[in-house]
Amino acid sequence: MIKAIPKPMEEIINYVQDCTKLLIAGCDGCVTVCEAGGLKEAKVLAAALRLYFTQGGRQAQVDETSLTRQCEKEYLAQLSDRIDQYDAVVSLACGVGIQHLAEIYDKKVVYPGVDTCFLGVNEERGLYSERCQACGRCILAETGGVCPIARCSKRMLNGPCGGSEGGKCEVSKDTPCGWELIYERLKTLGQLDRFETPTVPKDWTTSRDGGPRKIVREDLRI
Amino acid sequence: MRLQYPTNVRIIEVPCTGKVDIIHLLLAFEQGADGVIVVGCMEGDCHYMAGNLYAKKRVQRVKEILDRVGLGGERVGMYNLSSGMGGRFAEIVREMTNKIMELGPSPIRFAKGTAVRAAGEVAA
Repeated sequence: MIKAIPKPMEEIINYVQDCTKLLIAGCDGCVTVCEAGGLKEAKVLAAALRLYFTQGGRQAQVDETSLTRQCEKEYLAQLSDRIDQYDAVVSLACGVGIQHLAEIYDKKVVYPGVDTCFLGVNEERGLYSERCQACGRCILAETGGVCPIARCSKRMLNGPCGGSEGGKCEVSKDTPCGWELIYERLKTLGQLDRFETPTVPKDWTTSRDGGPRKIVREDLRI
Repeated sequence: MRLQYPTNVRIIEVPCTGKVDIIHLLLAFEQGADGVIVVGCMEGDCHYMAGNLYAKKRVQRVKEILDRVGLGGERVGMYNLSSGMGGRFAEIVREMTNKIMELGPSPIRFAKGTAVRAAGEVAA
């Protein structure tokens, strides 16, 4: 899932300090799971901003809501009857949702309430780590289900490099070496012979090579 | 024990401090509370394993929020007591009440008109 962290309160206050009617829009998708931008976080931010405005002697209306997913226009449409009353919207969705909200309501000022970080897993509550960089051409079948693009700091296709020591990456002692993980996994699977064939250079045209990407699925379109 | 503690304290009972969320504490301040303390079981003694530890983290987060929005994080605190420490509870309530008296009413109450600044006093 997409992982995000809440923006510092000072930054959000800086965006909205001149507003008098504000909507905090959470998202029930990925950002709810990582506790950065769901309904609960929207309520907390709205309450904090109401306290900020009130203690400063300002009359400001700060409402909160949460949409099922801000990355789908059908759910964003749920705001259509009331978004006009607000000066601005602080979206707690990921960067995708924030942009989509701004795109659908193109005359509305939209501010980000979270910093979107990566595609990752919940290792445990409050601990999330990256697993995928959405490069567009998955090679997990060749690497024992461990992605060298996301898990190796150098994105090496034939690792490990000389910086791998004791199973850790030279970038940080807290970072497992991606290729060590691949080696151990392939050993478990009895597929160590995979190392006898070098990986061919990766086709990066599916990554950011051609600018913003698009998927067109004619089988799904009418 | 017939312990005495200030009467301006409103006690809200919850099954476990783990039930107390950030939003509950912020709403108390929105509604005009001058200060809030969360009183939970001793660390390591939580019947639900970690309820009081979650509460501790949340109180810390509320302190940060109050500091950033201009109310001051010292208006909220957390204490850990056992059910046999009634004397200490009364003492804590007296301490917190005195601290809030020194800080004065919450800026929210001035803004809402439920508290009036003394002559010559200026907003912080």
